[in-house]
Amino acid sequence: MAQYEAVIGLEVHVELKTGTKIFCPSSTEFGAAPNHHVCPVCLGLPGVLPVINRKVVEYAIKAALALNCRIAPYSKFDRKNYYYPDLPKNYQISQYDLPIAANGYLEIEVNGRAKRIGITRVHMEEDAGKLVHQGSISTTPYSLVDYNRTGVPLIEIVSEPDMRTPEEAAAYLEKLKAIIQYTGVSDCKMQEGSLRCDANVSVRPAGQTGLGTKTEIKNMNSFKALQRALQYEIERQIDLLEQGEQVVQETRTWDEDRGVTLSLRSKEEAHDYRYFPEPDLVPMVISEEWVNEIRSTLPELPDRRKQRFVRDYGLPAYDAAVLTSTRELADYFERCVELYNHPKTVSNWVMGDLSRMMNATGTEIGDVCIRPEQLAGMLQLLDKGTISGKIAKTVFEEMFRTGKDPEAIVKEKGLVQISDQAVIEKVVEEVIANNTKSVEDYLSGKERALGFLVGQVMKATKGKANPGLVNKLLREKLGK
Amino acid sequence: MQLYHMTAHRLQQMLAKGEISAEELCRSVFQRIDEVEEKIRAYITLDRENALQQAKAVDKARRAGEQLPPLAGIPVAVKDNICTKGLRTTCASKILYNYVPPYDATVMELLHDAQMVLLGKTNMDEFAMGSSCENSGFYPTCNPWDTDRVPGGSSGGSAAAVAAGEAVLALGSDTGGSIRLPAAYCGVVGMKPTYGAVSRYGLVAYASSLDQIGPFARDVTDCALMLNVICGHDPRDSTSVPYDKPDYRTFLTGEIKGMKIGVPREYMGEGIDSAVREIINKAVRVFTDLGAEVEETSLPHSDYALPAYYLIAPAEASSNLARYDGVRYGYRADKSEDVVDMFKKTRSEGFGPEVKRRIMLGTYALSAGYYDAYYNKALKVRTLIKRDFDRALEKYDLLLAPTAPGTAFKRGEKVDDPLQMYMVDICTLAVNLAGIPAISVPAGNVSGLPVGMQLMGKPFGEGEILRAAYAFEQCSGICCQLPD
Repeated sequence: MAQYEAVIGLEVHVELKTGTKIFCPSSTEFGAAPNHHVCPVCLGLPGVLPVINRKVVEYAIKAALALNCRIAPYSKFDRKNYYYPDLPKNYQISQYDLPIAANGYLEIEVNGRAKRIGITRVHMEEDAGKLVHQGSISTTPYSLVDYNRTGVPLIEIVSEPDMRTPEEAAAYLEKLKAIIQYTGVSDCKMQEGSLRCDANVSVRPAGQTGLGTKTEIKNMNSFKALQRALQYEIERQIDLLEQGEQVVQETRTWDEDRGVTLSLRSKEEAHDYRYFPEPDLVPMVISEEWVNEIRSTLPELPDRRKQRFVRDYGLPAYDAAVLTSTRELADYFERCVELYNHPKTVSNWVMGDLSRMMNATGTEIGDVCIRPEQLAGMLQLLDKGTISGKIAKTVFEEMFRTGKDPEAIVKEKGLVQISDQAVIEKVVEEVIANNTKSVEDYLSGKERALGFLVGQVMKATKGKANPGLVNKLLREKLGK
Repeated sequence: MQLYHMTAHRLQQMLAKGEISAEELCRSVFQRIDEVEEKIRAYITLDRENALQQAKAVDKARRAGEQLPPLAGIPVAVKDNICTKGLRTTCASKILYNYVPPYDATVMELLHDAQMVLLGKTNMDEFAMGSSCENSGFYPTCNPWDTDRVPGGSSGGSAAAVAAGEAVLALGSDTGGSIRLPAAYCGVVGMKPTYGAVSRYGLVAYASSLDQIGPFARDVTDCALMLNVICGHDPRDSTSVPYDKPDYRTFLTGEIKGMKIGVPREYMGEGIDSAVREIINKAVRVFTDLGAEVEETSLPHSDYALPAYYLIAPAEASSNLARYDGVRYGYRADKSEDVVDMFKKTRSEGFGPEVKRRIMLGTYALSAGYYDAYYNKALKVRTLIKRDFDRALEKYDLLLAPTAPGTAFKRGEKVDDPLQMYMVDICTLAVNLAGIPAISVPAGNVSGLPVGMQLMGKPFGEGEILRAAYAFEQCSGICCQLPD
């Protein structure tokens, strides 16, 4: 059987986090009552005209610069014509042949191998509204339209067909998301639709340079869906070729429940969008000064920050990559390290207990109620021996739930570690007296029995005894 | 002379002196409307109660000694493709037969600020597509000079209203001659300002890169007064140009000695009625007598204006009119199987034949594989035409030509031959493609029908155009000839 290689390119839509829409002053707030954030302009009423929101251009430039793109000094808007009830003008104002930016790239790493993925272009456009059906679209007796999202600013980022596996595609999307989030121009929340992704995919015999026939895959609403859909589609195309059949150029949709891609429309049925220059807007001339001004506001981006974490904090590359995956997490980590200068310890807590509890509760780093000061404070209590490592975990969980200071929790729950030798000695003696069997076992050489005895002491002290001290005293008392 | 037949600047003086009240004036105009509207059908919607209220408010303000803007209390008619808050705006189309805008066009805000009295909304060719007002989805408007004839289009209702005494002033829109042609046919003054001089916000778009709002008036002075109200930069229209707006009355001096005027030979040759040509030649002599230097010149790409226009305008229209789908407002067809069926039925039933023709033309011109051959080529031709004007206007202060090749034609005469109908605009289309300002002023009569003379100027050269038009009007005495 011939070896095949997949060729994948992604088209990613990102909602920009401006306060108002791209061509009118309506709010972009997510989740408002239907048709609450609308005005004559975004409703496309007869006679209205668009006016470009300067902030949108600024954000688009900022994102494009973060993606190493060249900003076009001259750029214009075009109309993309198609009929759909969620599109009030039945055309979308987009950019066709003169996008705001082009020729960028980003770096991904898959299985320890770095790879550069080209970015063809970045352009600005307006979002459409949302249809609400009664049940399924095919059986609904009527549909309602919510135009709140109409005119929310988007950038579309088109990659080169540089990816070869679903893992690379996912890594690209992860990195793209991280970079855009770092710039602060978008939340990039896939579940809220502020990050959306379509894929172009084809396969070819390994070693061949020409491209096979591609299909476009839509409706992938998570990173997992992206990988699954691509995996399925690549296998489907290989099967076709293996059976001597041909791949048909078409648009396909990912059916998440059935785990398959389904034909949506063929090339013949493809829309002719009849693009032409938007006569209601004047072309944009973007000065180098403005671009430089925006460039100067770019934050340190994930790759650079990761390198710095390895270099300055001596972290393993893996830790650095995880900690810099979002700007908020990296900021959180750095604030903790400022207050408690043991980077690896902080990293262990952030990547360990904190991540575990965030995942378990579905909490974002921005919503975590443990302040860096509190985490640092807890680590200091641990260092001073005020609490044991075991108690620290209990304290941490309490902090995560309540946002209280570690000192307060320790005091409230009486969790201060017992390091008073006399107190522990007394308990140790009691445990030895009450567990003769285990004592005998230990004395006859069964080292494991000591663990049981330590456990009994800890139990009697409600976990507060200093474990090191307990160990030491037990061994002394048992004369070994 | 009845109040409804007077010019705004004369009425303005009478109002200021307290000789008449705005309410009297308003009632006079409505009385005239009651007399002749049945024959003329200039209006789609009349707003009598609000008009009288506005007029009374002006009178009250004047009595209270308030300083009023120059045109306060002057009754004005507005073409029905300019959005009026709370007042039906139909574009003379079935598809918008019930549409009431929730907002005012920028020009409407300006008219309100000027405390003018809005009489109602005037008839037009559907979506401003046409040259005779016969494409109205409601009824045709008749020419006050001969009711068997068309008033010209597309702003035929506004022109007829001003000519018939059903309004003192009016607003229209001009995409390829839609102000100047009906002004010529109805014997009134009509001006298309420079593209970008008047805000298009709230003007229902036909062809966005060509549309421009402008005034109808009984003489050049009134036209200048109206420009003073409506011109100016508007941040809501990105194609509106920030510029220093002059007081256009300052150009009305009668003095044009040394002014250089070119007469493009392409506008005086084949296809132009000899009687019209004669009137234009007479006008040339008037200008020479006034001390202007008039000579023949050339705009070599003039022949291509019409084909370029009929690609660019329909292309933009095909997209601009896509929003009328029955989903949000206006007409919606009954009993549709699904949403696509609803789109099709709504648009099939809602649009008239000329609108459909232009949507199809434009859709075709923008289609994959044809774009370069049609739309793109037309844009290049547009550049050449613009360059013709740039060159000519380097040498001349103004260009002079007939507004139309003939006088108002009979209703029904050209409806079955779209090309014949399109030819009516051959003298006006190029001005829109070039974006320059132009005026049509009455220059004489042929067999009792008015003939218009067109003066074209440099971008934002409305003042110089008015200067020449005013001098001509004063010298020839042709203004204010209104039918009974």
